Amino acid sequence: MMAIIRRDFRSYFSSPIAYVLIGLFICIMSLFFVDSLNAGVAYFTSNFISSMSFMLLFIVPILTMRTFAEDKKSGTEVLLLTSPVRLSQVVLGKYLAATGVFLVLTAASLVFPLVLLIYGKPDGATLFSSYLGFVLLGMVFTSVGIFASSLTENQIVAAIISFVSLFTLTSFSYIGSYMGGFIGKLLNRLSFMDKYYEFSAGIIDITSIIFMLSFAVVFVFLTVRILERKRWSQG
Amino acid sequence: MIEIQNLTKDYGRIRAIDDVSFTVGKGEIVGFLGPNGAGKTTTMNIITGFISSTSGSVRVAGYDILENPVEVKRHIGYLPEQPPLYPDMTVSEFLDFCADLKKVTAREWKNQKKDIMELVKITHVSHRLIKNLSKGYKQRVGLAQALVGSPDVLILDEPTVGLDPKQIMEIRKLIKALGKNHTIILSSHILPEVSAVCDRVIIINKGRIAAIDTPENLSKKLSDFSRFTITVAGPESKVREILEGVEGVKDVEISGSPGEDETCFIVEADKDSDVRRPIFNQLASAGYPILELKSMNLSLEEIFLQLTTTEVKEVV
Repeated sequence: MMAIIRRDFRSYFSSPIAYVLIGLFICIMSLFFVDSLNAGVAYFTSNFISSMSFMLLFIVPILTMRTFAEDKKSGTEVLLLTSPVRLSQVVLGKYLAATGVFLVLTAASLVFPLVLLIYGKPDGATLFSSYLGFVLLGMVFTSVGIFASSLTENQIVAAIISFVSLFTLTSFSYIGSYMGGFIGKLLNRLSFMDKYYEFSAGIIDITSIIFMLSFAVVFVFLTVRILERKRWSQG
Repeated sequence: MIEIQNLTKDYGRIRAIDDVSFTVGKGEIVGFLGPNGAGKTTTMNIITGFISSTSGSVRVAGYDILENPVEVKRHIGYLPEQPPLYPDMTVSEFLDFCADLKKVTAREWKNQKKDIMELVKITHVSHRLIKNLSKGYKQRVGLAQALVGSPDVLILDEPTVGLDPKQIMEIRKLIKALGKNHTIILSSHILPEVSAVCDRVIIINKGRIAAIDTPENLSKKLSDFSRFTITVAGPESKVREILEGVEGVKDVEISGSPGEDETCFIVEADKDSDVRRPIFNQLASAGYPILELKSMNLSLEEIFLQLTTTEVKEVV
């Protein structure tokens, strides 16, 4: 599994994709950052990091879209699946590699709070919990992206599927509050965005951490199932 | 080393392979021969655990592919039709990755890597990116990948396709050399290639095995015998006795039992004597009705024809 993590992680950086995505992300966020400086330090943790999460809606689908499509195209899927490695290890390896790239992106974005720490006095604890929420959210997003890429051989389609599913998943609490009733309640319960907002408000709740991690686990597991089913399929 | 039993694979309503059974002994080189679309790749994909079968069983080195896939995969090196390579890696990086993936220990790998690269003659390109290599070199790197971890069994899907004649000769020589230490299954749609390299040939057509034998015997059979499949309702041993008693019949083999009390035989007979009438008469008088009687010659010859003409086309 380590082999797969290493190779995939390196391949993100041997092609322009990781650089372009991270560069683009930092560029756009800088614009937001300048804006948020006018609004004060408290604004930073609550709104700035939220807009970073919003950006993830676009970044993560592009990051993950080629996860399985690329292997299918180059025929290396056969290599992975005929090696003495379990399918779940292949998927997990690929997921962790993509998560690794996301963590590099997160690390790059630390430049913003660093500027704040030098020139202002942000609340360290809130900053930490916001970032924790951001990382957990990124992990959930990545798992959904990986799942979408296992559904299709076309990278563009994979990106669109993951964007749409992420968009839908993140709007669960809006949809829920409009619908009301049992379904509304259910959607509210499932909304990881609500959990995420708790983090950016400075609340670290262990159940929220577990909830978001299990969300990621479920999607990684579903990815394994999808790929497994493809091998057994009659068509 | 490899035991395949009643393997069947359906793609929707299309049966890609149908009731395929054979075994391959340790150290044997077996050729899988058949026209395009005969089911060679599908069978290989199932043996290597890349896809699953609809029914039937595969055992490699004593392990079942469904019960113990990781153990089976540890014993197999697979070169698919399209060599599985990451274009953005160098040859050396890629082989390191394969070794990692196949859990070869670092110390073992240090010695093995050099040997493998020398064996397939890629040492001088080891620091080049795979995407910049020619087709012939890509094929060699693919073969090197299959050799990583020195598996007992090598499965090579059309290893010489797309290579120039000189490279083809080299690869064939290499496969022969590898056959000393490995059990090899290779597929091809070119008859002379298989007879040059293999100890035994499995001819497969439309998903069914048409013949299994040594290359020499196969060509002999083609010229000397006529072959039939015959399905008879009646007790196996009695029917067999009668069939063997018919004048002109050389060999009787049981190929399956399609229904209760029904047996399917493959009968070989002298080319000059028509044994169909006496078979009918004798079975009829014994009270065992013939359910099906079919000449196999045509199909086998057809396949051979197809195979030999492909070679001619490709060489010219």
